Amino acid sequence: MTAVVNVFLKDGVLDPQGKAAHHALDSLGFSNINDVRIGKQIIIKLETTNRTQAQNEVEEMCETLLANTVIEDYNIEIQ
Amino acid sequence: MQKESIDKISLEVAILRFPGTNCEFDTQYAFEKLGHKTTLVWHENKKLPENINLLVIPGGFSYGDYLRSGSIARFSPIMKAVLEYAKNNGKILGICNGFQILTEAGLLPGALKRNNNLHFISKHQNLVVINNNNSFLNLCQKNEVLDIPIAHADGNYYIDDAGLDDLEKNGQILLRYSDASGKPVVVNGSVTSIAGVCNKERNIFGLMPHPERALEAILGSQDGIRMLQGFESL
Repeated sequence: MTAVVNVFLKDGVLDPQGKAAHHALDSLGFSNINDVRIGKQIIIKLETTNRTQAQNEVEEMCETLLANTVIEDYNIEIQ
Repeated sequence: MQKESIDKISLEVAILRFPGTNCEFDTQYAFEKLGHKTTLVWHENKKLPENINLLVIPGGFSYGDYLRSGSIARFSPIMKAVLEYAKNNGKILGICNGFQILTEAGLLPGALKRNNNLHFISKHQNLVVINNNNSFLNLCQKNEVLDIPIAHADGNYYIDDAGLDDLEKNGQILLRYSDASGKPVVVNGSVTSIAGVCNKERNIFGLMPHPERALEAILGSQDGIRMLQGFESL
């Protein structure tokens, strides 16, 4: 199985990279943008075929290492 | 027991090294210049030297700062011993990357994120002393302005409102970025311009500025001496 983890700065925590990209897009003429957030995508190949087990394991990985929950949120998609 | 004033207190200082640490020799130079004994400790070690008075996690880029600054280093073999040492009220000073490692390890509150202007900021910076009733800044005066170099990309201190209240209430804010008059200024986007904090128990200290780079008048500032000497009054 494959787990796709997306990690983003929490809402309300300023994302300076997103802001810079937003400005750049603005100056290129893309004027319909409300907000840009930049995050990380982490793709993990797992040995298990058990979806629940995969979800639980990856959740633990996120809480321990992949995300810093003081400033970041994450979501997990198991494929 | 009253100490003879002619006695020079000599501390045993351990300095951690991770792959990518680059301030360990400056830190060693600093503490030896002040008359202390130092030992460099490679991150693969599982034990800290016995009877140390202070553990310093110096600056640099541990593990290339991959994922987040300090996030991989906090799981190094030596960190178990560091957590144990911290729990037993051992004194720890984290400078720059060391501060990031301490927040990632949960030994200090908050987190350090990318500077708001996305630049690596490297310059001399004024800092105002907020709390000095601790073993790090006890030789500095409250509201005193210090001149200490900063050099970081991820120094933007973040903590939520409840956490900030706790820091204020418990006197855990050590330093803020300021102008020459001591008025806080925005340098990297840190919440209320925070440059350094300590834990509630006041045995763990973290700051982004580099006191070990401010020891020589010829290099622009000697204000770092009093900061590091603070640990002599353990």
